[in-house]
Amino acid sequence: MSSAEAVRATSSALLDKKFAPANRNMAQTLRWLVLFAGGVLMVMPIAYMISTSLKWPHEVYNVNLIPDEPTLDNYLFVLEDGRFYMWFINSGIIATLTTISNLLFDSLVGYTLCKFRFPGRTLVFVAILSTLMIPTEMLVIPWYLMSQSFGWLDSYWGIMFPGLMTGFGTFLMKQFFESVPDDFIEAARIDGLNELQIWWTVAMPLVKPALAALAIFVFLGNWTAFLWPLIVTNSTEMYTIPVGLSGFGDEADVAWELIMTGAAISTIPTLIVFLIFQRFIIRGVVMAGLKG
Amino acid sequence: MALYRNLSIRQKQIVWAWTFLAVPVVFYVVIRFYPTGTAIMISFQEWNLLGARTWTGFDNYIKLWNDPVFWKVFRNTFAYLLIGTPLSLVLSFLIAYHLDQVRFMHGFMRMLYFLPFMTSAVAMAWVWRWFYQAVPIGLFNNILAGFGIAQIEFLNSTTNALPAVLAPAVWAGLGFQVIIFMAGIRAIPTSYYEAARIDGVGWWTILTQITLPLLRPTIVFIVVFSSIGFLRIFDHVFNMTTNNPGGPLNATKPMVLMIYDTAFNSFDMGYAAAQTVVLFTILLCVSLIQLRLLRST
Repeated sequence: MSSAEAVRATSSALLDKKFAPANRNMAQTLRWLVLFAGGVLMVMPIAYMISTSLKWPHEVYNVNLIPDEPTLDNYLFVLEDGRFYMWFINSGIIATLTTISNLLFDSLVGYTLCKFRFPGRTLVFVAILSTLMIPTEMLVIPWYLMSQSFGWLDSYWGIMFPGLMTGFGTFLMKQFFESVPDDFIEAARIDGLNELQIWWTVAMPLVKPALAALAIFVFLGNWTAFLWPLIVTNSTEMYTIPVGLSGFGDEADVAWELIMTGAAISTIPTLIVFLIFQRFIIRGVVMAGLKG
Repeated sequence: MALYRNLSIRQKQIVWAWTFLAVPVVFYVVIRFYPTGTAIMISFQEWNLLGARTWTGFDNYIKLWNDPVFWKVFRNTFAYLLIGTPLSLVLSFLIAYHLDQVRFMHGFMRMLYFLPFMTSAVAMAWVWRWFYQAVPIGLFNNILAGFGIAQIEFLNSTTNALPAVLAPAVWAGLGFQVIIFMAGIRAIPTSYYEAARIDGVGWWTILTQITLPLLRPTIVFIVVFSSIGFLRIFDHVFNMTTNNPGGPLNATKPMVLMIYDTAFNSFDMGYAAAQTVVLFTILLCVSLIQLRLLRST
């Protein structure tokens, strides 16, 4: 018996002495049940949102979770109305373009700050890092004035421009490029690749998990963004899905089952993405959370 | 090109670095730093967006200091912070601590807790708003009525509205914090626990002497992250009270909503800018205090 095994044996013997096995199983089961109940409670709002979106108007105020006669009527009604379709496309385009921009620029800047030695490096790094301290709320007024004078109000560009690069993404990518060995870059340089090629073909493939984590954060953030799109848009055609949903819910004659349908349309895509890439997304969140 | 070829390797690197940084540096200067300066400048001006901009010195700040609505909003904002942060910290730690020790269907359980984080605040604000309605509409009151319990006024009550608005914000952020806590707990070397077990130490001592002290960086991160989130709360409040934003009687109005109202409904740009500067200062102080707490270990 190795010493490690001996330690484990002693410790489990000690544990067994403290808690009789029957008691321990009871405690474990109880823990599991309480956690499970809590987890079910956590998803209840989402479950009720989806359930209500599948109910006929006369059943909406019943507290039952499973609709008696499920119907897609609400979805058909909302989609026929056409606005949610439009807002969905707007949000999709804006979130996708912003994500691509962040992936390219944040990683390029992060890479440069990590792997190059040049005058002004510390200054640029500290400056970008300090933007993390400036809240969006402070910038919306100047951004609005800027959009007004350049004619960016009520346009995709107007919604997107503030988020095209982020200090958070840059910092995250810089952290991850630390793990790319300098030897790889040196070897590529000797092979005659230029710096742009080295970044794109050597360094970028090595930080794919970080890029994926960043993509999830940026996409989700832009898909759900509310304050700035609310300020910068003013025609129904340019609304993003949260801005549109907010106005839709506010129309007094709109029924709750239709509001729930709108809410479901805005939420279900991110939930599906999450269910498919679950492990991956949770790992990404931890990486981004701890390194960023 | 010939010029470039004559450069040393080091000089070439400098050229490349600044080529890569050119566009981003312009972006950060134009979209982040210049607007920061503009916001501070406007806060010393009086401007309704149409007329002339006039310098008024500290007038906006003095007006803010004497504005009873501002102090109400200030108290609300800190109420969100002081209730929301400890509540979500304790809940997420309890969940993470126990979830970490669950083996059976671990992934599924983790998914249940994390799912709300993937939702949009606006959508969920409307779902919760529906929950809070009176009988026969709202889910909560319908359930209460089913048990024959008296109705609760949620969003129409000046005392209940703020916690009612805060609840979905806490709910949505919990999953993220649970995941971060679990990662923190996993990162603690098991040898500490084994040593403790050999010494026959109880679970309470293990929790307070090993787990919590070693989780300190995780705790500070979560506190900073959620504090900033609660100080900037807007989406939930706005969407749950669209008929009377921040109401009833400003009972739920946070600073960001006051800023939005002042700037984009009253078009009092100078006054709104002064409010944003105050918010910025508060956020800065909170982050600096908490970072200092982290350093002092």
